[in-house]
Amino acid sequence: MKILVTVTDVAVVDDEFEIDGLDVDERYLTYELNEWDDYAVEEAVQIAEDGEEVEVVTVTVGPERSEEAIRKALAKGADRAVRVWDDAIAERDLLDAETKASLLAAVAREEEPDLVLSGVQSGDDSFAATGVTLAEKLGTEWAAVVNQLELDTEAGVASVHRELEGGVEELTDVELPAVLTIQTGINEPRYASLRGIRQAQNKPLEVRTLGGLGLDESALETPLRWTATDEPETEGEATVFEGGADETAGELAAVLREAGVGQ
Amino acid sequence: MTVLAVAEHRRGELRDVSYELAAAGADLADATDSELHLAVVGGDVAAFGDDLVREGVDAVHTVDHGEEFNHDVSVQAVEQLADGLDVDYLLMPHTVNGLDYAPAVAERLGLPIVTDAVEMAVDGTLEVTREMYGSKVETTIEVESERAAVTLRPAEWPQAPTGGDAAVEPFDASIDESAVRSTVTGFEEVGGGDVDISEADVLVSVGRGIEEEDNLDVVRDLAEALDATVSASRPVVDSGWLPKNRQVGQSGKVVTPDVYIAIGISGAVQHVAGMKGADTIIAINTDPNAPIFDIADYGIVDDLFDVVPALTEQFGG
Repeated sequence: MKILVTVTDVAVVDDEFEIDGLDVDERYLTYELNEWDDYAVEEAVQIAEDGEEVEVVTVTVGPERSEEAIRKALAKGADRAVRVWDDAIAERDLLDAETKASLLAAVAREEEPDLVLSGVQSGDDSFAATGVTLAEKLGTEWAAVVNQLELDTEAGVASVHRELEGGVEELTDVELPAVLTIQTGINEPRYASLRGIRQAQNKPLEVRTLGGLGLDESALETPLRWTATDEPETEGEATVFEGGADETAGELAAVLREAGVGQ
Repeated sequence: MTVLAVAEHRRGELRDVSYELAAAGADLADATDSELHLAVVGGDVAAFGDDLVREGVDAVHTVDHGEEFNHDVSVQAVEQLADGLDVDYLLMPHTVNGLDYAPAVAERLGLPIVTDAVEMAVDGTLEVTREMYGSKVETTIEVESERAAVTLRPAEWPQAPTGGDAAVEPFDASIDESAVRSTVTGFEEVGGGDVDISEADVLVSVGRGIEEEDNLDVVRDLAEALDATVSASRPVVDSGWLPKNRQVGQSGKVVTPDVYIAIGISGAVQHVAGMKGADTIIAINTDPNAPIFDIADYGIVDDLFDVVPALTEQFGG
C-alpha cells in the first residue's frame, strides 16, 4: 500500500510587519510545516506502523526553502519525498488551488497511491480547496475535513468522521482510492526524534520540474490575479489598558466588578 | 448573465448561510445585470424551496434527492444545473460541506475557484476580497474571466429578506448512482460531558498562548477566583489538554456569556464565529495586531503569565 501525503511549508507573519507590494515583506515571515499537514503525516505514519508494507511518500509544491518542512515530515516517519518546482512556477505570484492540484496530480499519477492525505488547508493562504480539486482531477473519491479515519483495505473503504460545525460529526463511508483532507486533532503529531532527524537526511528527496512531469506552462495558467494586499482596518474600538501587569490587572478588575463578576 | 447560489441544509433545516448567499447573489446579480437563481439539493425541498423565495431571487430550483447532504449527489446536481442555466458566477458556502463539494464542481465545470470570500465587488471584472495569514492581511483576487466559482465565508453578508415572487421549480437532475461512491451513515454529537459552556455566564477561555498543559493552572486559578467556567480555543483541545466539550468556535460550541475573557487567543475566524455574541469581550494577548482585539471591548497587550496571576490576586485568588 502506498500513501501520498501533500506537505507544504507555510509563512507565519510576525506580530509587527510591513507589506511590500503584494505580500508581507520577507523580513517578517518565518516558515514552518503546515499545521494541518503535520496531522496528515502523522495519520499516514500511524497507518504504516499498524500495517505491513505501507510506503509513505510526501509531495510538495515549493521552493528549496520548503525542504526544511519536508525533512521534518521525513524525520517523523515518511519514507521519501517529491518536491515540484522550477523557474516558471517561481514566477507566479499566486498558486491557486487548481494550479497546485494540477502539479500534485501529475505526481500522483506516477505514484499511483492507494490513499492521499492532505491537510484541510494551508495556514497562510487558506484556500482549503486543493485536496478535493486533486481528487476530482484523479477521478477518485474524497472526503473533506476528516477528524477520524478507519481503513478497511480489503473492502476498499475508508470510514471517516467529518467534523461539521457546531459540535456535530458526519459519519461517511468512502470508496478507495480516495483523497482525504485531514483536520487538526485527528491524532497527536509526534515530535521528530534525534534519530529520525538523522535518518531523514539520508531519505530520498527528489526534485521535479514541470517538464520532468510531462507538463508545460499551460498547467500554470489561471484567470486569477492577486492584485492587492492590505492590512484590514481595525473595526474594534477596544479600550486597551496600558501600564504594568499590576496596573492593567487592577483596571480590568474594576471593569469585571462593574459587570458583576467575582462578587 | 446568470448567478447561481447553492443553499445548504442539515438535519431538516436550511442553514443561515443559505440566506446570506441569496443576499450576496442579489448584489452580484445587480452589479452584473444578471438573473439570480438559487438551488437546494435534497432534504424537504418543497419547504426549503418556499423558504428560499427571497427579495432579488428570480428562480429557485429544487433537486429532490436524498435527505441529507451527499457530495457525489451535490456535485452532479449542481453541475447539471449550472450547465443548463449557463451560469457565469456560481456561489457556494465556505462551510465544511461547501469545502466537500465546491472545488469538485468548479473543477468539473472548468471554473476558477476563489474560496472564503469576505467581500465581492465588480469593476469590469469580479474582485474578491479574502484574508491570509490568519486574518492578518486582506488580499484582493481579480477574476480575469467572465465565469467563476466563489465560496463565501458564513456571517459576512446579511440575510436576504423574505419577499419577491420567484418561481420554485423542481429540477429533475439525472443522478448517476454508480458515481455515488460515498455514503453518509449517520451523525454524532461530540462533547457532552458534565459542563455545558454554552450555559455559563462568565467564561475564562484559553488559547495557544498558554504554551503548555501545566500552565493551564494559571487560568484555572483565575476561573476559580471569578466563579467562572474554563473554555478553550481549538489548539488547546487538539492538544488534548481540555476535553472537546470545552471548545468554543465553529466546530465547537457557540457561546453567549455575559463576559468572555480570551487569554492567549489570537482570534482566528473559526473561533470568533463561536463567541462574538458575548456581551463583553476581554482579550489578553502579547500581539497587539491579534484579530481578537478587533472584536474585544477591553484589552491588555501583555504577557498572560504576568497579567493573569495579577488579575487573580485582585479577586483574592
